Amino acid sequence: MNLRRISIGMLAIMLVAISSMSAVVCAEEDNAASSALLPVIPVGQGEACVEETGFMRRNHMELLKHQRDETMLKGVRREHYSLKECLNCHVVYGPDATPVTVASPSHFCRSCHDYAAVSIDCFQCHASRPESGDLPADHQPGSVLSVTTSVSGSD
Amino acid sequence: MSSETKDRKKANTPGFDPARRSFLGAMATAAGVTLAPGVILYGISNTSPVHAKAVDAEVSNAVRWGMLIDLNRCDNGCDECVSACATENGLSSFGRPETDAQWIRKVEIKNSQTGYSKSLPVMCQHCENPPCVDVCPTGASFKRADGIVLVDKHTCIGCRYCMMACPYKARSFVHESLEDQKPYAPRGKGTVESCTLCVHRIDADLNPACVEACSDSGGGAMLFGDLNDPNSVISQRVGKYASQQIRADLGLNPGIRYRNL
Repeated sequence: MNLRRISIGMLAIMLVAISSMSAVVCAEEDNAASSALLPVIPVGQGEACVEETGFMRRNHMELLKHQRDETMLKGVRREHYSLKECLNCHVVYGPDATPVTVASPSHFCRSCHDYAAVSIDCFQCHASRPESGDLPADHQPGSVLSVTTSVSGSD
Repeated sequence: MSSETKDRKKANTPGFDPARRSFLGAMATAAGVTLAPGVILYGISNTSPVHAKAVDAEVSNAVRWGMLIDLNRCDNGCDECVSACATENGLSSFGRPETDAQWIRKVEIKNSQTGYSKSLPVMCQHCENPPCVDVCPTGASFKRADGIVLVDKHTCIGCRYCMMACPYKARSFVHESLEDQKPYAPRGKGTVESCTLCVHRIDADLNPACVEACSDSGGGAMLFGDLNDPNSVISQRVGKYASQQIRADLGLNPGIRYRNL
């Protein structure tokens, strides 16, 4: 008898806990920009990325690694999947209107990798921001980038 | 628009024939030799683009990049090539010359009997049989098909065997964390590096930074080109005039050659 009462009590507590957790998640999705739990992903330049967003989220590292070997060993300098081109399009400007480096939490690569707790060492060697001459022509330094707040679990 | 940029654009258009261009270049060179030997030839060589390669084409061993340095034109006090290299590749100094990276340096040689001294620029000699590649335990040190010897820093473990093996002391080890590297010249702590012959510039059909600086503000001593192309200015010069490799006795066949050493 006692055991049954305890298990019902446990179930009730769990239900309350689950519902309150989902309420917290909803609240966070509503104001994700101000939340520290979700990454703030700056929108890149141009119409679209080189591949579809979901594909890029899962496979960008494979594309970069393939391109890296092609460029390094064979001198193939296609820009399509190059790290340099990623950084040119996904440039983020700081308060001083210059592109931020990976030292800033708002850096495109860093914002997501911080969230996913993935430590990358690309930028120990590679430049983490474009040179001024490489910036997209239609993009003026200092313009405000909008941010996406949708980070769904499915991607 | 510079002539190099124009030529690069032309190279990507279907009707462009690089062979025809090199033929015309050879004709111009021949005319230069007839008119004023040794003077006009330099003028042409320093402005001519090196080779046209499409951005998505692989480099091939049909090309062997090399350099000819005329020491009669290299001033002892001039270090334009060294500073141009540092600027181009973002080689910053930490004020510690023992460990600062050196991709190219001016080495002074002196005849102890006569007192005659000469300084010559020495960088990675881009050997045909590079000992640095032989000793590398990870395969990071490698020779590209077109003869440029490079370090793949993704696989370099920083063991510095290659630095020991190189008879020219051409390689440096990065001892300190770096920031704000050049996008086209990645460099990082814990890896070995050396002159890349400005591989990013060569792939873009430009001369290496040192060669450009030497021609613009130095003595015009450095000549860069394809040693495999019989019509290239460098091939004609090494065929016509005596030139030397440093430590030729080692049989490494460096791509960098010197005149009047």
